Amino acid sequence: MIGVIPFGLVFGIVAAGSTIGPWLGGSTSVIMFAGAAQLATLQLMDAGVAGAVVIATALVINARHVMYSAALAPHFQEFPAIARFTLPYVLTDQAFAVSIVRYGEVTDPVYKQWYFTGAALTLWIVWQISTVVGIVLGAQVPASWSLDFAIPLVFLVLLVPAIKSRPELIAAVVGGGIAVAAAGAPYGLGLMIGAISGVIAGVIAQRVIR
Amino acid sequence: MSDGAIILTIGVGTYLLRLSFIGILGNHTMPDWAMVPLRFVAPAVLAALVAPAVLLREGVVDLSPATNPRALAALVALLIAWKTKNVGAVIVAGMAVVWLLQALL
Repeated sequence: MIGVIPFGLVFGIVAAGSTIGPWLGGSTSVIMFAGAAQLATLQLMDAGVAGAVVIATALVINARHVMYSAALAPHFQEFPAIARFTLPYVLTDQAFAVSIVRYGEVTDPVYKQWYFTGAALTLWIVWQISTVVGIVLGAQVPASWSLDFAIPLVFLVLLVPAIKSRPELIAAVVGGGIAVAAAGAPYGLGLMIGAISGVIAGVIAQRVIR
Repeated sequence: MSDGAIILTIGVGTYLLRLSFIGILGNHTMPDWAMVPLRFVAPAVLAALVAPAVLLREGVVDLSPATNPRALAALVALLIAWKTKNVGAVIVAGMAVVWLLQALL
């Protein structure tokens, strides 16, 4: 939760300096509400990457939500239809993480619904406010401060807890290594080539280790 | 395709990814062959985002603190991220190392 504020600030600052303009960049906080994908989208757009590649890359980054959706589905089945179709909009890594732990301890569907709603909406509000504050701050920050370096730093903080065991470590090493090797790939496909190679390496590593 | 249309497409796509299993009624479980790769999406994608940004300078791998302070700063940040998992601390420390190296070297 605490991590959401600096992450949102960094995103806002990046949006402020983005070629597509601060408010269109910032609008992704409402339209996507997915920090890593938002940062990557602006980064790729600034690099002039083709629209189809930007879309594909962002959706690959967000593919992990399918895993959360599958884990939450048995609990959400008990919610009214309106909740089942609106709550996924605010499903994030953090909202999933806190809810799935709580869902192991309670059975009341009404409680479950409001627990998720409370956690997810709080995150949403904090994310929107920190984006706007970041945009306002970003307009005052000179380029010599190298604040664009905060982007990989944010990704680094997200990366460390994602490495839970050796196959994930192998996925990360291969993903990062291939992304570096493929950085010159046409159409800005380097990130996607690296990411897919890393996923394949992880799947193979898991088979071999087990 | 305009930038706004790209953003909107990603937004709708992201919503559909989140809705996927929640939107289907009945007890559907995801087959293993589909679930296992998803486990590796986060580490693979995040590393693919970080590595080129900190290791490359003008398209070439550069680990020298003098010409590419970001590589060493990222290493320091990685250690802090591993020890504390504190976003604010990692950003402040990483930026401080870059500024320090830029000023000194």
